[in-house]
Amino acid sequence: MNFIAIKMLIGNRAKYFGIILGLTFASLLITQQSSIFLGLMTRTYGFLTDTSLPDIWVMDPKVQYVDDIKPLKETESIRVRSVEGVEWAVPLYKGLLKARLPNGTFQACNVIGLDDESLIGGPPVMSQGRLSNLRGSDAIIVDSVGARGKLATVSPDGKRVPLTIGDTMELNDHRAVVVGICEVQRTFQSQPVVYTTFSRATIFAPRERKLMSFVLVKAKPGQDHKVLCQRIQQATGLAAYTKDEFRALTVKYYMKYTGIPINFGITVVLGFIVGIAIAGQTFHNFTLDNIRYFGTLKAMGASDGTLIRMILLQASVVGSIGYGVGVGIASFLGLVSGNTELAFQLPWQLLLFSAIAVMVICAASAVVSMRKVIKLEPAIVFKT
Amino acid sequence: MSNQHTIAVRCKGVTKTYGSGDTQVHALSGIDLDVYAGEHMMLVGPSGSGKTTLISIIAGVLDRDHGECSVFDHDFNAMGHNEKTRFRGQNIGFVFQLFNLIPTLTAAENVAVPLLINGVKQSKALQKAREMLHRVGLGNRTFSLPEELSGGQQQRVAIARAIVHDPRLIVCDEPTSALDHETGHKIMEILRTIATDNGKVLIVVTHDARIFEFADRIAEMDDGRITLITDPHHYVLDKKKK
Ligand SMILES: Nc1ncnc2c1ncn2[C@@H]1O[C@H](COP(=O)(O)OP(=O)(O)OP(=O)(O)O)[C@@H](O)[C@H]1O
Ligand SMILES: [Mg+2]
Repeated sequence: MNFIAIKMLIGNRAKYFGIILGLTFASLLITQQSSIFLGLMTRTYGFLTDTSLPDIWVMDPKVQYVDDIKPLKETESIRVRSVEGVEWAVPLYKGLLKARLPNGTFQACNVIGLDDESLIGGPPVMSQGRLSNLRGSDAIIVDSVGARGKLATVSPDGKRVPLTIGDTMELNDHRAVVVGICEVQRTFQSQPVVYTTFSRATIFAPRERKLMSFVLVKAKPGQDHKVLCQRIQQATGLAAYTKDEFRALTVKYYMKYTGIPINFGITVVLGFIVGIAIAGQTFHNFTLDNIRYFGTLKAMGASDGTLIRMILLQASVVGSIGYGVGVGIASFLGLVSGNTELAFQLPWQLLLFSAIAVMVICAASAVVSMRKVIKLEPAIVFKT
Repeated sequence: MSNQHTIAVRCKGVTKTYGSGDTQVHALSGIDLDVYAGEHMMLVGPSGSGKTTLISIIAGVLDRDHGECSVFDHDFNAMGHNEKTRFRGQNIGFVFQLFNLIPTLTAAENVAVPLLINGVKQSKALQKAREMLHRVGLGNRTFSLPEELSGGQQQRVAIARAIVHDPRLIVCDEPTSALDHETGHKIMEILRTIATDNGKVLIVVTHDARIFEFADRIAEMDDGRITLITDPHHYVLDKKKK
């Protein structure tokens, strides 16, 4: 009876495409919106992804996410270093500073100050120059997006001239020379990223008593990271997180205090509802269109089990096609938007998630139709 | 015919009431009817007299309220839901006024459905269906969709479907009333030649006096009762006298 079920479904062209369209739309909307959501969430901890060397991040206990800077005294890094199980501990400066461009305009920059000796915490990819060039006087490294974008100067004939090696600018009235261009992850902060050494960052920064943002810690080989975090907390009274914990903390902050998850959640739920509305309704109509024939099959001896299998098969066919096309279009859009500002992350878990969502839509539609068919009195076949 | 006096369908005191309270309709009020193996029985009578209700009960698609009714010594009331469904699938063929062919299936696929329901493999079922279409004179239309066939051709497909699985009882509700006279005659001829061999029972509900001649016996119904059972010759004479 399987091919009968398929031919009944496919033969009804308008309904068949209608159901697939609904499911495609639902699967596309759910997959694409969730992908962008995941992409955005990945960006919230982009800086943590770039700074991958340390095992543990130590900070003020009140810090809620990675861009929430609560300065520490520089001496804290020495205290952390002396905790048992610490291989190394280095200071990191992170802060927003005002840059004055050669043409006189101002631009806020996200300045990262690395430990002078080790330069730990530097950018993951250098596209021009080398990280060690930071040892030169007044040296800074800027990220390529910033160099081409907000830090570029506009020449008199209207052309944008990117910032390149050898160019100078002023950070808080201090001279800075570009010695390299790097690539960084996109983050939520749209400002250009400027890397320099810790001590130079403290010169650039406004004079304050506390200037260190984080202490970056490497654990000794074999040392349990969570245990070490506890030990650092006890010894210093500061908060210490493994990088996974700090990442989770950051994501949690954005989830809790921004409207982002709700916004995307609403769209995903909307896709789900629209899917149920269009696909479910059309599937139901398709069953009603065929109710006379289901009744005939029933009179001719088709069991409830057979009819249920037919409907389930029909639902799985449209479900698989709708899901496949929807996810296909979503991936294609993701691929096309790969080099733009759009965030897009499509891991297999998300594919599974939308598969389950589409399955639920199909199952709900099928159940409604199955109830109709099971309740159907075969005596209707003689009614005209 | 050796089995002429074997009773195939036996009804005694069958009643059926639709609805309840003020809207109650007594569709059948005590039906006694025996149909013999190999017999072609026609049910006639005015609209609303209960003909469709009676064959629905005989075919096991509707439950009776009271009385006895057995088909080949099987009582539907004594069967479970699934058993009843299976019994219908194996023993009963259906022909409807409006054919009820599945519009997206070809003629051969439509005819194959009862075999598929009974678990016959697809290729074998389709082969048998094509043979059956040959027998009703549609051997060259096996790939046609119902909408590509005339009403008479569709009813021939429906007849092929009703007998492809060799059922013992074939029930037809107004099989010719959607067709013109000549086509209706042809349909009845086909039914007569292929539906009542091997002791099959054919019960036809009809309004159409022009096909009465095909019956072995005619049962006339009125207001939920059988008022007369006779042979076609006497029935026609009787009507002329009145
Ligand atoms: N499902 C139902 N619900 C309520 N009443 C019904 C139902 N089916 C039939 N009836 C009533 O039962 C009576 C017998 O109906 P039935 O369909 O058996 O008559 P019939 O002889 O087949 O008529 P026709 O020649 O018009 O087809 C009629 O009064 C009809 O209105
Ligand atoms: Mg009727």
